[in-house]
Amino acid sequence: MPKVPVQFTLNGEEKAEFVDSGATLLKALRDKIGDHSPKGGCHQGTCGACSVLVDGELKLSCLVLAETCQGASVTTAAGLAENGVLHPLQRAFIDGFAAQCGFCTPGMLMAAKSLLDRVPNPTRDDVVEAISGNICRCTGYEPIIQAVLTAARANSQNAA
Amino acid sequence: MGIALQSFATVAEAERALSASGAQYLGGGTLVLRALNEGDVAVEHLVRVTDAAITDIAIDGGRARIGAGVTMTAVARHTGLEAIASAARAVGGPAIRNMATVGGNLFAAAPYGDFAVALLALDATVETGGADRPIEAFLADRAAGKSSPIVTSVSFALPPPGSFRFRKVSRVKPKGVSVLSIAAVIETAEDGRVLAARIALGCMAPRPMRAKAAEAALAGQPMTEQGVAAAVAAVAEGIDPITDAIASAWYRAEVLPVHLRRLLLE
Repeated sequence: MPKVPVQFTLNGEEKAEFVDSGATLLKALRDKIGDHSPKGGCHQGTCGACSVLVDGELKLSCLVLAETCQGASVTTAAGLAENGVLHPLQRAFIDGFAAQCGFCTPGMLMAAKSLLDRVPNPTRDDVVEAISGNICRCTGYEPIIQAVLTAARANSQNAA
Repeated sequence: MGIALQSFATVAEAERALSASGAQYLGGGTLVLRALNEGDVAVEHLVRVTDAAITDIAIDGGRARIGAGVTMTAVARHTGLEAIASAARAVGGPAIRNMATVGGNLFAAAPYGDFAVALLALDATVETGGADRPIEAFLADRAAGKSSPIVTSVSFALPPPGSFRFRKVSRVKPKGVSVLSIAAVIETAEDGRVLAARIALGCMAPRPMRAKAAEAALAGQPMTEQGVAAAVAAVAEGIDPITDAIASAWYRAEVLPVHLRRLLLE
């Protein structure tokens, strides 16, 4: 299998790897770099479990070629905690029982982060729309929606 | 076997590379990589264009030109394209909209391609090989299996305020795959009667189609329950809906008039 070099920033750290030509970003992250936070659910763009941020934009890493991320800044759920302190979204997900099996959680977190980065004080409808591309089979979504709203309130209180 | 990615600075260079066997154009990746993940063995290498011009949006003299590489998110956020933002927002979830392109949507077979339904109602032209072609002719060629040069942009006259209507019907809320989608540009005279109507349907054929019988039936009518009745009755003429996991052809045909009526009277 021919290899191609790819270099990008992952959660603030420089990464340089040779990946299989045509490998997706999801495969490069999980199988090469060892960041297992993005999950491979459907590989069809339907479930959202592989959601990551590429240059601040929410993308599905199963439908992005690793080679096209050359020079980009990639953020995954593994990069949310800082110095051992969980991100407010992670804290709210735990406190609000917004994760059961946990498979959708990293994708949900990134979709929610993408929303809060643009809209710090979202409405419930904003949250529902923001996670509309992410499937959860456990929670019924309600705890997730509440957790995102709680994290948004915590953020705005910290900022005030 | 690995899939090689070739990046080109210009459309012309990419065009030449696409003539090789096993070559496939890569836009936003939501169709092509999906097919590769599913095991499409026909593709040996991917060809993409890095020219920033294919991601331009230009609004000039009441016409909009949208580069083929513009994403649904960029369309939905552009202040000059507010009139059609509803159609861009109807595509996928936020991540898909950050990836899926206007050009790619023209190649999405039903039940996908909701934005192309809007472009058909807008009577857009598709720029391919340096020439603007009517979207109807472009889609007819696609249906006939004819290939075309790389699509570089679409353009259309911005619809008069309030004349563009769009509805995507899904079973999953707030977002899901289309049962059907309807886009319409309806211009009315001062007395409220319809001057001209273009109605386009998604999922009623493998590719977006115009509901010409309904358009003709709507001309000259007021937008009232009685006025739209003939158009609603005629909308199923010529349809051949798809059957998939979302809905059967029978179901799609049954609910189409209901949703057209609601769209026209909203």
